[in-house]
Amino acid sequence: MTEWKLLLSILGVFTFLSFQAVGGGPAVLPEMKLTTNDVFHLSSDQFVQAYGLGQLVPGPNMLLVVVLGYRIAGIAGALIALVAFFVPMSIIVMRVGRRLRNLKPSPWKNAVRDGIAPITIGLMAAGAYAMGLSATTTLPTIALALVVIAFMLKTKVNPVWLVLGCAVFGALFLPRT
Amino acid sequence: MADYNAAMGSSVTATPSVAATPHVTPAALFSHFLVIGAISFGGGIVAYLRRMLVDQTKWLTEEEFLTCLEVSQTLPGTNSVNMSVLVGDRFCGTIGAAAALTGLMLPGTILILILAIVSGAGRHNPIAHAALAGVTAGAVGILTAITLQTGKRQFTRLPDIVFLILTFVGMAIFKVRLLVLVIVLGGICIYLYRPRQAHHD
Repeated sequence: MTEWKLLLSILGVFTFLSFQAVGGGPAVLPEMKLTTNDVFHLSSDQFVQAYGLGQLVPGPNMLLVVVLGYRIAGIAGALIALVAFFVPMSIIVMRVGRRLRNLKPSPWKNAVRDGIAPITIGLMAAGAYAMGLSATTTLPTIALALVVIAFMLKTKVNPVWLVLGCAVFGALFLPRT
Repeated sequence: MADYNAAMGSSVTATPSVAATPHVTPAALFSHFLVIGAISFGGGIVAYLRRMLVDQTKWLTEEEFLTCLEVSQTLPGTNSVNMSVLVGDRFCGTIGAAAALTGLMLPGTILILILAIVSGAGRHNPIAHAALAGVTAGAVGILTAITLQTGKRQFTRLPDIVFLILTFVGMAIFKVRLLVLVIVLGGICIYLYRPRQAHHD
């Protein structure tokens, strides 16, 4: 692919992905992993790493698109993935938001919310499963993920510290290949 | 006594201005959302937004905030991003939406771009590679925990569990496209939850 074609396809793919984030960003993660692998040949490892780095920075949780764009086409790719994922969707949100402001509450709104919720959770679980297949394949990495789950569910510790702790643990104890 | 009356009088005249819509400029939107964008480490931005919009600046009442949040959650996309766009648009139109969105995204974008460059350059270093393996394992744990927390209600209701498992199997095992799953399974599930007149909430 030539540079221009590559950047254009980043624009198209990430815009399309943003429209599929039903019920929040994480729902689109498994589809994003499949698509970036099919279209841009990013490895599973690269995808999970991008998600991990996204946990270390402040701001919206879908900033991993910046890392994915960077791995595909450098700085230009990073900026185009960012704009593609957030700007078109924001314009639609703004337009629809103006209409919804004058809309009367409808019982269908609850039906849509309750009906989509299990789909969103199923998609998030699929994302965790797909990432686990490539990131937690050895005993120490499985143990590390389980410790993180326990801390997340049982304490109020900020996830940033957990991810940083995992990095330190990895640097000290995981195999250096 | 005169002083007391004067003090009471001034406080009475000041009261009506509280009910008026606050005057918010694009610059104020940008700087306030920039702060949130810089300090919201570890997710949970909606809580930071509530503190800023309702408690600190009083730009929104609690009720306005919740309405805004509901619209953000109904539309596709990231909740915090939708929220900032809606709030920015509410006070200053398109310019306000752009100001709030840019403020929210700027600090995280710069930081993650630096991380992407550094980790890309260091990937052949064995220690950096091992550290990243730790980060990826931790990331799996975090997404799993967020899924369990977000789905607390869905994991306890039988019809929801069925659709949750069908979605999971469709996506994770058979790699069905997301849009197909949302339209088919989401459509059926919304139909099951359809409003019924005899049935009250």
